[in-house]
Amino acid sequence: MTRVAMTVNGKAVTGEVEGRTLLSSFLREDLHLTGTHVGCDTSQCGACVVHVNGQAVKACTMFAAEAEGADVTTIEGMANADGSLGTIQQAFQDFHGLQCGFCTPGMVMSAAALLKENPTPTEAEVRAYLEGNICRCTGYHNIVKAILAASGQSVPAVAAE
Amino acid sequence: MHNFEFVKPSSVADAVSALAGEGAQALGGGQTLLPTMKQRLAAPEKLVSLSGLAEMTGVSSAGGVMTIGGATTHASVAADAGAYPGLAGLAAHIGDPAVRNRGTIGGSLANNDPSACYPAAALGSGATIVTNTREIAADDFFQGLFSTALDEGEIITAVKFPIPQASNYQKFVQPASRFALVGVFVARYADGVRVAVTGASEEGVHRWSAAEAALSANFSAAALDGLSVAADGMIADLHGTAAYRAHLVKVMTGRAVAAAS
Ligand SMILES: Cc1cc2nc3c(=O)[nH]c(=O)nc-3n(C[C@H](O)[C@H](O)[C@H](O)COP(=O)(O)OP(=O)(O)OC[C@H]3O[C@@H](n4cnc5c(N)ncnc54)[C@H](O)[C@@H]3O)c2cc1C
Ligand code: FES
Ligand code: FES
Repeated sequence: MTRVAMTVNGKAVTGEVEGRTLLSSFLREDLHLTGTHVGCDTSQCGACVVHVNGQAVKACTMFAAEAEGADVTTIEGMANADGSLGTIQQAFQDFHGLQCGFCTPGMVMSAAALLKENPTPTEAEVRAYLEGNICRCTGYHNIVKAILAASGQSVPAVAAE
Repeated sequence: MHNFEFVKPSSVADAVSALAGEGAQALGGGQTLLPTMKQRLAAPEKLVSLSGLAEMTGVSSAGGVMTIGGATTHASVAADAGAYPGLAGLAAHIGDPAVRNRGTIGGSLANNDPSACYPAAALGSGATIVTNTREIAADDFFQGLFSTALDEGEIITAVKFPIPQASNYQKFVQPASRFALVGVFVARYADGVRVAVTGASEEGVHRWSAAEAALSANFSAAALDGLSVAADGMIADLHGTAAYRAHLVKVMTGRAVAAAS
């Protein structure tokens, strides 16, 4: 076992992990932050996306030991300080950007990474950025609308409604 | 996944000695190795993490050559390789943003997946693969599917790319994996054009020498008109027949020439 220390959602945390412990397992099973979802475990669905040192990564495809000393943000860190939904989360609710909600944590974390890099993306840029986030329910249009709205842009009539 | 010892060295020298033992393997961004280990197709006893080794990270250019550290992520190459637009553009379209934030050039070249993008850039640029012990020309480095000239425990510390006058990578995306169904990298140098093809051949990444000769004489898509690519030895699977891939090689080469800048 290896001792790891990192900051998760602004709080210093430590834990004992095996070499093979995935960051997703450490977050969910050791820290009980079960908002980070594991949809595929084959690095393809993006439900497990978190930020490590500000960058979107798939938590199922990174060892917890690799996050030693890192600053990690999960979906639990996206709410406002008073517990109300953050801007992107609220936009997902307002624009019906989720149905079952399984993909939503990863969608929100990818959206947050996109808006940090590119505060006013085009619709095409939003779609391209979500390449690694799969949703089985929504057909994506409302997710794209929610992200455009969260960026403060007026939401165009998205095609194929 | 089988358990293993995780080691995080702070220098290339320490990484090399940690890799010396039986059962040790390098860990780059883990974007290929982790899925492989989950399937138990790989079960190293010790993983030596190369991420965070400053000596192996970053992009720099001098004297017409771009040098990229072996542990540099795809996202960093996309952002920092502006002096070589064909290469930056290739890196910007590998996988998805989260994969690009972890995956590294060294890991991609060492893995030599027959559908991966970077092998086409390295071969198409006549790059030099720099390891902890030697320098290997790209023409000698790739040795068929998932096989390279690297010895056991040898690590890619950097890759040196001669910067071409014009270049472009065209990737016909396999719709499920988003890897290249066929990808073609074209680079035009003062002394001739290089064309490297990935995704197509059962032998892995390779040069298309007939196209290189035609394009060296006349750098335009029309120069390819008289050429054809044989279906023999092309990959055939549910995503495309061998003849389809052979056809795509020519189409994507033409598009790369037309788009080269
Ligand atoms: C969803 C998804 C989509 C992807 N799409 C694409 C795509 O479109 N195009 C594409 O080209 N790739 C794609 N990839 C693969 C991705 O680019 C990987 O990052 C890359 O192939 C491996 O790099 P890595 O740093 O993650 O290596 P790892 O997975 O850490 O290692 C791979 C192999 O290389 C060895 N290794 C790692 N670093 C070094 C080094 N410096 N020196 C020597 N050996 C080393 C390891 O021991 C291992 O054998 C995709 C991956 C995923 C998960
Ligand atoms: S659970 Fe990580 S990508 Fe699907
Ligand atoms: S809302 Fe159900 S998977 Fe996206």
